[in-house]
Amino acid sequence: MSHAVLPAEGGTEVRTERAHAEGAARFQDVILPHLDAAHNLARYLSGDATAAEDIVQEAYLRAFRAFGQFRGGSSKAWILTIVRNCHLNWRADQQRRANIEPLESMSHADDPAFEDADISERADLPREEITPETILAQRMEADEVRLVLAGLPEAFREALVLRELECLSYREISDVTSIPIGTVMSRLARARAIFATAWRQRLAAGKKPR
Amino acid sequence: MIRPCAEWNLLLHGYADGELDAANALKFEQHLGGCGGCAAELQRVMALKQAIAQDQVSWPASPALKERVAAALRRETSMRSALPAVAGTSLLSRLFDHVRRWSLVPSMAILAAGVFLMLARPETGMSLQDELVASHVRSLLANHLTDVETSDQHTVKPWFTGKIDFSPPVVDLASRGFPLVGGRVDYVGGRVVAALIYRRNGHVINVFIWPSLTASNATMEREGYNLVNWKQAELSIWLVSDLNPVELKEFKEDFAEAAPK
Repeated sequence: MSHAVLPAEGGTEVRTERAHAEGAARFQDVILPHLDAAHNLARYLSGDATAAEDIVQEAYLRAFRAFGQFRGGSSKAWILTIVRNCHLNWRADQQRRANIEPLESMSHADDPAFEDADISERADLPREEITPETILAQRMEADEVRLVLAGLPEAFREALVLRELECLSYREISDVTSIPIGTVMSRLARARAIFATAWRQRLAAGKKPR
Repeated sequence: MIRPCAEWNLLLHGYADGELDAANALKFEQHLGGCGGCAAELQRVMALKQAIAQDQVSWPASPALKERVAAALRRETSMRSALPAVAGTSLLSRLFDHVRRWSLVPSMAILAAGVFLMLARPETGMSLQDELVASHVRSLLANHLTDVETSDQHTVKPWFTGKIDFSPPVVDLASRGFPLVGGRVDYVGGRVVAALIYRRNGHVINVFIWPSLTASNATMEREGYNLVNWKQAELSIWLVSDLNPVELKEFKEDFAEAAPK
């Protein structure tokens, strides 16, 4: 993975000018095609349709300005990293304005004990009533999947969106979220278990997929 | 119900995601053969992955947002050319700093990563793969996915006659969940090649085919795209897609099975 060297402050103007023109064209080719992915991530992270669009616009402006720093690698992971950071800024802003405590969903995300908890030994999962087989036999409607995803703690929601919807490799997810690859794998395992539990509870509560 | 083994849980998910290296994948497959619990769990995980990955779960950008972003970038471009160069540079430098800070963190995360995952980047200098990925991306961008658009293999195959000097295998894999979209002629590695396009859910698979006498067999990842290469009936066949490695391997097996040996 290559990291760019910063251009010297006040570098020659002619070179900068030409680089801008080339950069703008390359940006169109390399980064713009990921607009759907950027919006998808922003939408799932923020849970807010209007905010998601603002986050995407902000991310694209930042990406455009910083595009000189992009030196190959996964362009999708690069833009999604910026989207993710813009979302963090947006939420910090929200919290400052609302003057509230950090969201509950984030409090577990960095807790290793929570991350590594043994999934199979959880006593609170209603294993017996509905076996996973019957659940999966029932077709999951897309809007139901959206609801269940939206209800997951953020770190797990993010991992599933990046993996299953954006098809990022573990390495790319590690790049985007700044967590080690090993943690990406355990988080995905955990995220799927939590998703399955949430789905099971939805069915147990009698909310059949519409 | 037989419970899956807790100690195999992580490898199971890595396997389902196609992220294990060959040794660990083999190890897991051997375990899978003798463990009903893990076999059932793997099926559930694959079904779950499929349920989440289905169409309509993603939130694509609206046309209005696309226009909004395009307009913002246009404004930015004109503002940038109007700005004095020095002011522009310092503003840019500050923004570069932000991004540099962001992009250093993930590289450290990689250093700390687990050892049993496929970490190695494909070696550099293999420009053919880059060309294939570029061609794949171009086909998506320029609305130039197909020259002949049809799901009928018997329309695609004759279409190639006279355009290329070999006959590519065009197989119907709709029943396997990979409908044929069409074909086109492309230019890769200094020669004209046949490209077949298949779909899996929202993903496009480009199949590049040209005659080759040298045997080859490879699976790799490049810029987030997965590539699979093999040789069959004196033809070199390359798959390029953003589809996950597991399903792409499935496609490879189905394609190889249906095409002439």
